[in-house]
Amino acid sequence: MARTDHRPANRFVLFVWSLLLVAHAAASAVLTVLSLAAASLSAIWVGLPLLLALTRLLRGHAQTHRRLLGHLLADGPVPDPGYRPLPDTRLRTQMSVVLADPTARRDYIWLAANATLGLTLAALPLTLLAHAVQAVLYVWLWRWEDSWYALHPVAGQSDAYTALVTATALFALFWLLTPPAMHAYALLNRRLLAPNENARLAARVEHLATSRAETIDAQASEVRRIERDLHDGAQARLVALGMSLGMAEEMLAADPDLARRMLTEARETTRQALTELRDLVRGIHPPVLVERGLEGAVRALAITQHLPITVDIDLPGRPADPVESAAYFAVAELLTNAAKHANADRAWVRINHGRGRMVVIVGDDGVGGLDPDAGTGLQGIRRRLSAFDGTMSCVSPQGGPTIVTMELPCALRAAPQAPPAG
Amino acid sequence: MRVVIAEDLALLRDGLIRLLQAHGFEVVAAVDNGPDLLAALTGQRPDVAVVDVRLPPTFTDEGLQAAIRARRTVPGLPILVLSQHVEQLYARELLSDDTGGVGYLLKDRVFDIGQFIDAVRRVAAGGTAMDPAVISQLLAKHGDAGPLAQLTPREREVLAEMAEGRSNSAIAGRLFITDKAVSKHINSIFTKLDLPPSNDDSRRVLAVLAYLNQ
Repeated sequence: MARTDHRPANRFVLFVWSLLLVAHAAASAVLTVLSLAAASLSAIWVGLPLLLALTRLLRGHAQTHRRLLGHLLADGPVPDPGYRPLPDTRLRTQMSVVLADPTARRDYIWLAANATLGLTLAALPLTLLAHAVQAVLYVWLWRWEDSWYALHPVAGQSDAYTALVTATALFALFWLLTPPAMHAYALLNRRLLAPNENARLAARVEHLATSRAETIDAQASEVRRIERDLHDGAQARLVALGMSLGMAEEMLAADPDLARRMLTEARETTRQALTELRDLVRGIHPPVLVERGLEGAVRALAITQHLPITVDIDLPGRPADPVESAAYFAVAELLTNAAKHANADRAWVRINHGRGRMVVIVGDDGVGGLDPDAGTGLQGIRRRLSAFDGTMSCVSPQGGPTIVTMELPCALRAAPQAPPAG
Repeated sequence: MRVVIAEDLALLRDGLIRLLQAHGFEVVAAVDNGPDLLAALTGQRPDVAVVDVRLPPTFTDEGLQAAIRARRTVPGLPILVLSQHVEQLYARELLSDDTGGVGYLLKDRVFDIGQFIDAVRRVAAGGTAMDPAVISQLLAKHGDAGPLAQLTPREREVLAEMAEGRSNSAIAGRLFITDKAVSKHINSIFTKLDLPPSNDDSRRVLAVLAYLNQ
């Protein structure tokens, strides 16, 4: 993504920055010394609380530094590595959290590096410029101090003018070295302060583990529901059907009228079993979704809803089946919500795809006040979406309108070709 | 009467063939996929076709698409579509060319053989046969507001039968009332819904469905 480069180009602006960074690096040095002291003191009880307090201080210090570096780096502030929150419990628990947090350990490494190498790099422009100025002043100052500069005694004024050569050399060094020194400082700090690949992967694994567990739970309960519905519904009806047919067969000769009645009954039972199976299939995967994809299915859904719905879909292909299904059920749930609870007069659905994600927006002009954490329906949607790394956000002030936006990372495959005519 | 059957499950296809042959139809083609169906419809020009929505090779709505495409080539080609589920979207697409001679029924309507054969004949004659499930969804959608709320329960029954595509005498037979009573109810429905009265069966159904689809 294009970003405006805010890096200062002027050497004197860089110089002012270096002054600020020297102060920061000096603070790092102080913190390093204090931490070393606290660590050696932690053998006796007073060290632990001190070390904890220093860790908290260090977090603030590092975070400030991350923001500060944003002014020197082309790609903005250093991203937050994601600290583990410190519990407000016993000292020992807090200590174990701090020790287990890889970010805290990395912070201490940064602190030590910043207090030494960082401080050197940040102080380089100041040191060079200060010495250059001092050399210039020495042209007049030699009368009072005649053997200090350049480590040999100065005999006269003409001799003192040679200090200007040194001053020019120092100023040239300042001019040449300030940008690379500041650049090196920024890179060093970013390398040490940015969240490393391990931390990023750890966070990702944690998220995946949670969403996988939720997906497995949801699927297991869905399978149980299907099993129960089949067991109590269609299966039972087919048994009854077989019984009716068997009895009708027996009665055929003795009581044709009764046999006829039983056959009618059997037919009715078959029809009921079919209706149940149909509802069950619709709940698992709506046939219209198979036949028409998300676009057709949402249009079909919009026709059957009890309120007027505007549908605006721009999908150049079809997402994978599970994604399509999750999006469909989410839209269905939200439209039902709009009709049932929001008291809406109209609703709209917009779906499009770009930059590798499908965006689904469902809105209505109802009473609003939808709480995404309250209803089981909305939580169900969120769980279902999170299995695909999808997100849902909801804007619903009291008095409406309600707008729910869902984003699902997915690739589209080409829409199936229509069969050739003729 | 010459009929084309499209159904990919052999068991059901054989059942439909036997059923229709027993009622005096001549089965000129029985196909199991979309391309063959389209060829049979445009080549054989049957008096009526009984078509499953979902057919190979895509197992999506090949049958429906073939039916719609064939009717574009042969306007008014009578086609009765059967499906395991009904969608108003499909009903709307089938009815959209306004030429009549279409039907859209759940597969289990074949259980009531008399009514099923009646629906096939009605479609062959250029009439309409809409599934009660489609009609009841439409009625439910419009039921709580608007002019439909003014209808008496009996009138709603008559409206539902009419929307399925039945003639006055068929409605009279099903509701156990006289033909005269049926036309009285229908006139009253047309007045309340602001639909122009018409004697043409399929036009009448289209008018009702157009109103309900609003």
